[in-house]
Amino acid sequence: MYDPTVARLTYRALLGRRRALILGALPLLLVVISLAVRGLAGADDQTAADVLGGLALATMVPIIGVIAGTGAIGPEIDDGSVVYLLSKPIKRPTIIYTKLIVAIAVTMVFSAVPTLIAGFVLNGNGRQVAVAYTVAALVASIAYAALFLLLGTVSRHAVVLGLVYALVWEALFGSLVPGARTLSVQQWSLAVAQKVSGGELVTSDVSLTTGTVLLVAVTVLATWYAGRKLRTLTLAGEE
Amino acid sequence: MSTLSIDHVSRWFGNVVAVNDVTMTIGPGVTGLLGPNGAGKSTLINMMGGFLAPSTGSVTLDGQQVWRNETIYRHIGIVPEREAMYDFLTGREFVLANAELHGLGAKAAQQALATVEMEYAQDRKIATYSKGMRQRVKMASALVHEPSLLLLDEPFNGMDPRQRMQLMDLLRRMGDEGRTVLFSSHILEEVEQLARHIEVVVAGRHAASGDFRKIRRLMTDRPHRYLVRSSDDRALAAALIADPSTSGIEVDRTEGVLRVQAVDFGRFTALLPRVAKEHGIRLLTVSPSDESLESVFSYLVAA
Repeated sequence: MYDPTVARLTYRALLGRRRALILGALPLLLVVISLAVRGLAGADDQTAADVLGGLALATMVPIIGVIAGTGAIGPEIDDGSVVYLLSKPIKRPTIIYTKLIVAIAVTMVFSAVPTLIAGFVLNGNGRQVAVAYTVAALVASIAYAALFLLLGTVSRHAVVLGLVYALVWEALFGSLVPGARTLSVQQWSLAVAQKVSGGELVTSDVSLTTGTVLLVAVTVLATWYAGRKLRTLTLAGEE
Repeated sequence: MSTLSIDHVSRWFGNVVAVNDVTMTIGPGVTGLLGPNGAGKSTLINMMGGFLAPSTGSVTLDGQQVWRNETIYRHIGIVPEREAMYDFLTGREFVLANAELHGLGAKAAQQALATVEMEYAQDRKIATYSKGMRQRVKMASALVHEPSLLLLDEPFNGMDPRQRMQLMDLLRRMGDEGRTVLFSSHILEEVEQLARHIEVVVAGRHAASGDFRKIRRLMTDRPHRYLVRSSDDRALAAALIADPSTSGIEVDRTEGVLRVQAVDFGRFTALLPRVAKEHGIRLLTVSPSDESLESVFSYLVAA
């Protein structure tokens, strides 16, 4: 199910171009902001939870997910170089599964690690806030990577659509509109984080069971459908 | 030895019919897929390579379906027309990755690079390659698993004459080894130099199939049309129509030209200057009015 050559090509494509700069810039910004907040406001648990919830989980994680998820396959489909993967005796779902693993790993490294660092900077992991949000970032990375990999497989405008989803749905509606919250990766991952933190500073609108089921369902369905789409991917000619 | 069968294949995109009920069999040796730009060659090659589903009909390689069948790629090597190819890798890394995806190793990759004579630049990034070098590395990636069928979409585009000759030699060698090699081109001379067997596609239809020389003769023997301007159009018309190589002449007084239709190309081209000289007529313009590849192909469709 996992092909090391496909993984190597995907890693190099993701981390070798301008994408790596963007991937690195957002986590750096989070840490810098955390340092500033800590310097100005001191160690405060509520402030730490606000920064990690509003900036890290609601904004940075989905954006990193968009860049890694769509970037793992979208550019190859756009420029046609995916033909070198498709013209091989490798099952198409194996290609998708491998790219998903890479996208998850990249999203985790560039979102969960800086979330943990920022958490420790903000309040030294007081009341488990840093660890809770890091766990949320880790589980959200899986679902985001799968969703945006699917988007990269089905649409040529994956980055734009992904950013609209990440910023409008997750960051805006997911935080503000009650109804939209239950259909938000952010809230599902918060349900897991709530369990880790003990439920005082980190809360979710959905139960742990609902959150877990939806996270797994979205990841599995998106991956299955992306594999299916890749099997019938049409490479239009130049004519 | 592999045989690719295209059986009553059509493909349409919305209301546009790109390929219309094409049936052909491609056997071992080099076959040229000839047709003007936009004739449906790329659509056909994409269907042959399993990257596009036929709307109707079937494409099979030795009896096995090509569409939605990943295992078929053990036998097929593909050289796409598009340029994009992991520019951040070196030539060696690229060919090695292709070998690994076939379950092969560095030895196969090295052999393929040697076959296309690209060892000297194998450690340079693909981004720095010329078009011809890219084409050769693409060839190496397609040859790495020694496929029995090689599909090449416009492989000579943008190559200089030396690179073209090298690639032609290579493809000829592949054909002589018993592989089935199919390449598309819109340039008659390219096909003439390389393929004895050709398949002609015009406007999505299969226009001709068979030995190149026969089809070439058919192309040469078709009625040719010329525009002629001279110092005495009427006298020239009278002299030309007396010869059986000319089947019709129109004196176009508004344009001030003769429109000549010749049925025997070789004889007419010798006749025209001779007749003009004998009658003391000066030829001001002699230009073929239907020499475009499209008109040659249209004639073939009608024939």
